[in-house]
Amino acid sequence: MGIEKKYVPVDVSFSIDGEMSPLCIHWEDGRVYQIDKILDKRQAASLKAGGQGMRYTVRIQGQVKYLWYEEPQWFVEAINSN
Amino acid sequence: MARKREQSFRLSRQKIEIVSKFYLSALDITAQQALFGDGEKVANEIRRRIYAELGVTASVGVSWNKIFAKLGSDLKKPDATTVISRENYKEVAWELPAEDLLYVGRSTKRKLFNFGIRTIGDLARFDPSLLKNSLGKNGQTLWYFANGLDDAPVAKASMRGPSIIKSVGNSTTAPRDLESEEDVRLTLYVLCESVASRMRDYGVLASTVQVTFRDKDLLSYQRQMGLASPTCVSGMLFDAAIKLYRDNHLHGKPLRSIGVRATGLSQNWHVQLSYTDEGKQMQKREELEKTIDALRNRFGHQSVKRAVMLSDDSLTGLDPKSDHTIHPVSYFA
Repeated sequence: MGIEKKYVPVDVSFSIDGEMSPLCIHWEDGRVYQIDKILDKRQAASLKAGGQGMRYTVRIQGQVKYLWYEEPQWFVEAINSN
Repeated sequence: MARKREQSFRLSRQKIEIVSKFYLSALDITAQQALFGDGEKVANEIRRRIYAELGVTASVGVSWNKIFAKLGSDLKKPDATTVISRENYKEVAWELPAEDLLYVGRSTKRKLFNFGIRTIGDLARFDPSLLKNSLGKNGQTLWYFANGLDDAPVAKASMRGPSIIKSVGNSTTAPRDLESEEDVRLTLYVLCESVASRMRDYGVLASTVQVTFRDKDLLSYQRQMGLASPTCVSGMLFDAAIKLYRDNHLHGKPLRSIGVRATGLSQNWHVQLSYTDEGKQMQKREELEKTIDALRNRFGHQSVKRAVMLSDDSLTGLDPKSDHTIHPVSYFA
């Protein structure tokens, strides 16, 4: 078990000013995780998975998770089960 | 990465000088100390933010002059702050070997060694006039450095770059010798477009165009001419460049390489507006070329080009603007 960097498809809404808000994450097994709330947004590095960009701190099903926008892709720190 | 690192520095809008694009920057935080605390505190905050935001470590030197700050940044690596203050510099800096000092390389080290100078302290205590006699002006400069007397200010990042640029030029050695005027025209177009586009990036206008021709016997010469009004329009540069070619390259020997340089630069925010038709025409052309810049930024250099460029791909396939490397300016620049 380790942490791996996983690029994920994300649905995003754009405001009139061009500000992005991720709405949901599509997982590889077909599940869709709705993002309940964006708690924080800042420039930050992923020290576990390696990578840096705009980091969104989001709440998904009651859990706080990080989601990075590493232009032009999105990634999460995923648990590698191998 | 360098750009993002600079953003991290902007936490308090200090004066920043990019000493080397990739790994070294100098910040003047004199005015921020009341707000953020002393140099060490600011340095630690910058290191913390660089690590949090970019995931890389940084070593920082804090001092009252750039030379000792650089020296300090080299002392503890890869993730530490070193303070060289007026109180401790004799213990910290003077103990170090002379070659740690900026601008003491292999050769200078040997010369200093001949005087029995091994450490920065030895250098600082040495007779400056003797250094000047043997090493020239640089010897005296090194003595100033070693004594912490360097008072060069930290330049503003925005002031480095455009304002000290004296000319903007591109040159190319053609893939084959340029036999006809048509070949020369194509090459000049490519070069002028690159030069004009770079001038727009820097926000400067040129009043003089200079061309360099080198023929197939490697004989080269330069010619220049003034422009009717300062411009950053590639067409105007081209008109001047091709005129210089026609007027000067009379023997018609095939050319191996060509360079175009725009000099007599001025900032583009003091422009004499014009009511004349040519003036309006030029403003229109400038707008057009800015649009082309934007298109190329988005879709790549080859996405939009003059029809004439299609006549010979081998000559016009190059993109001097993106291929052009500007090296960091020297400390003495």
